[in-house]
Amino acid sequence: MTATGVLQILGFFLVLLALTKPLGLFMARVYEGQRTFLHPVLRPLECLLYQLGGIKEEIEQRWTQYAASLLSFSLFSFLFVYVIQRLQAILPFNPQGFTTKKTTPDVSFNTAVSFMTNTNWQAYGGETTLSYFSQMAALTVQNFVSAAAGMAVAIALVRGFARRQGTTIGNFWVDLVRGTVYVLLPLSLIGALLLCSQGVIQNFQAYTTATTLEGGTQVIAQGPAASQIAIKQLGTNGGGFFNTNSSHPLENPTPFSNFFQTLYILLISAGLTYTFGVMVKDTRQGWALFATMSLLFFIGAFVCYPAEQAGNPILAKLGIQTGATIGQPGGNMEGKEVRHGIAPSALWAVATTDASNGSVNSMHDSYTPIGGLVLLFNIQSGEVIFGGVGAGLYGMLLFVVLAVFIAGLMVGRTPEYLGKKIESKEVKMAMVALMACAASILMFTAISANIDFPKDSYWNPPGAAIANTNNGGPHGLSEILYAYSSGTGNNGSAFAGINVNTPWYNLTIGLAMLIGRFLIILPMLAIAGSLVGKRYVPSTSGTFPTHGPLFVALLAGTVIIVGALTFFPALSLTPIVEHFLMEAGQLF
Amino acid sequence: MIKEFMPGLRLMLVFTVLTGLMYTGLVTAICQVLIPDRANGSLIRVGDQVIGSELIGQVFTKPEYFHPRPSAAGSDGYDAWASSGSNLGPTSQKLADRIKVSVEAFRQENPDYRGPIPADLLTASASGLDPHISPDSARAQAPRVAKARGRSLSQVEQLIKELTENPDLGLLGDPRVNVLRLNLALNERFAERLEEPEGNAGCASVPMADKPLDVSRLIVYSSLARVFMFRILK
Repeated sequence: MTATGVLQILGFFLVLLALTKPLGLFMARVYEGQRTFLHPVLRPLECLLYQLGGIKEEIEQRWTQYAASLLSFSLFSFLFVYVIQRLQAILPFNPQGFTTKKTTPDVSFNTAVSFMTNTNWQAYGGETTLSYFSQMAALTVQNFVSAAAGMAVAIALVRGFARRQGTTIGNFWVDLVRGTVYVLLPLSLIGALLLCSQGVIQNFQAYTTATTLEGGTQVIAQGPAASQIAIKQLGTNGGGFFNTNSSHPLENPTPFSNFFQTLYILLISAGLTYTFGVMVKDTRQGWALFATMSLLFFIGAFVCYPAEQAGNPILAKLGIQTGATIGQPGGNMEGKEVRHGIAPSALWAVATTDASNGSVNSMHDSYTPIGGLVLLFNIQSGEVIFGGVGAGLYGMLLFVVLAVFIAGLMVGRTPEYLGKKIESKEVKMAMVALMACAASILMFTAISANIDFPKDSYWNPPGAAIANTNNGGPHGLSEILYAYSSGTGNNGSAFAGINVNTPWYNLTIGLAMLIGRFLIILPMLAIAGSLVGKRYVPSTSGTFPTHGPLFVALLAGTVIIVGALTFFPALSLTPIVEHFLMEAGQLF
Repeated sequence: MIKEFMPGLRLMLVFTVLTGLMYTGLVTAICQVLIPDRANGSLIRVGDQVIGSELIGQVFTKPEYFHPRPSAAGSDGYDAWASSGSNLGPTSQKLADRIKVSVEAFRQENPDYRGPIPADLLTASASGLDPHISPDSARAQAPRVAKARGRSLSQVEQLIKELTENPDLGLLGDPRVNVLRLNLALNERFAERLEEPEGNAGCASVPMADKPLDVSRLIVYSSLARVFMFRILK
């Protein structure tokens, strides 16, 4: 590790910490329908949206209606994205004349599910596949609304804890509109302009042909990127405009744009912990969640960064410098950009897997085994370290339910959280969500590691599903495991060497994304519906306080232990064994 | 259930117009008015001819130019229509073989440099379009370039020093040298041929693009953007 590397990580965290309270407070006011400084400007827009959508602002929904609204919205989201891709050849803003040859039914299905579930897994390469119209009218839109839908679910769950003996948990449409109008749109607009000032492109031109200094020809991709990149980071979507996402210099041109984008990954999720505190009328509870997340964040960052800075002993033996000096970065630079260097790349990788963002500024496939292990584990443990917008908060509250349940078991008391008794229904629902995700990751991986197809078959032209990997040995299995972890976790990043653009992978990863989105959201809304009707139990001397360091340790421990118990066998076959093989100089 | 259905369809239509078309259009309009150079890809022109983008690396193989990092973008590298990393893992035979070949080639092309090989120089970047190399990677090639251009090593090293970009805000990122700008500066300052006298080379002088980061400009832009946003949404 270098001093500037450590400083960059600490500095990043301090900025995030400083923004948590003001943003959290603002979001609490937005979702509780109170006036904010943006209301004079944006309230008319909000009202217009209700009018056009046929929504009655003051009517609240039970959890079942809330869930049905979310499902219907997701269905239309899916259909819109699917149809636009399939029709892009006859739609406007298509200067490169992209046809639908590459947006086949299976790719379009995968992409539609991917953007609707806030995963933004990309089986296609942006600059070679999609027209500008598809990028903005299909994908940018989902970047906004799938994020707003996730935030809405989190807010509904918080209402479940905060309200006493109620029946309703808010109105999905109202939460959706407010999140988009007051939080996502203004911050994206600022972000897009800032990014463009750094050199992220924003135009509708055809690609530029340049004659290089040595006389060669270079076609430079163009398009409205900045507007999409801002919301891609802010809404923890992560779907890049270009194939290589935020490692592409036109998507992330400077170290400052890199810092800013990393900040945007975790900004809203960090803020939501404070929003939670405000809404349950005890901000210490919000800070306890923030502290747990920060602890796990630092563990990940300071395991991943040193591993990447130490570099690859195999390359060192071949004569590549791995120690950092003042004039060169050292470490594992395969798959990393010089302008970012090791620490900001590792920091980004940790942040993007802490959250369900999935954008990358370096290629995770080329990470050292221990660096890659951190990323895999971050995703598999549920992406609750700040996490996706909304998804991080409701995911962490799922672990809270488990943690207080475990604590209750230890002392033989009915567990409580925020004055609500946590009973069998809540714990069952939390377990459904947890087990559905674990099963999706492990079973799809196991099947893909074994399933055989004839060569040139429709389902998987390369033959057996393992033939799609780009690396041999344990690293090949890591690629498959990472793909299904990323899909189920709605992350969207990849060990990108694997060719996932075949009907087999497009379909199964699509299913994994659906499981990871809806089999968490629905149980969480059911918990909200169950909690909201419960009476408040005043705390007594026997109540386990949920705002102190003991609770933070218990919660962090629950996240790590549940993740480790579930995934240790799979991880020991992948990055862990690869680490020892790398140290021994074994190649595949 | 129908009650929950219709708002879904109607809102999707409205959001497609608002967040897809209007938002993207608004950002494009502001950027094209305020910062067209940046918004259009930071292109570098010599006369009418676009010779590349300041932000996108390009292929250099001649000894009198500094060479960029290996690239996995497209079949020949630096294909700015097909960004890609190598995606080779740490225990990949292909990676080890590639590095072995490029180490040998590098040593052969740069016989006068005997120091260690910087970490970035022979590893492929994430995008395959990395416009930069580290200052050490530039210095490692300096003897070759100086020889090919008939200049002293110190002249070339001085140029590297001048063109080294420091971390943004003094902290963010690593020091780096933009290969295209460095090579343009070579053409501008030093004649390409050994025999030719100084300053008579064929290439026109190229104006340097602005420094990528200027905080005061950022602040002005973002406040301008706010004003614009308020106006338009009202």
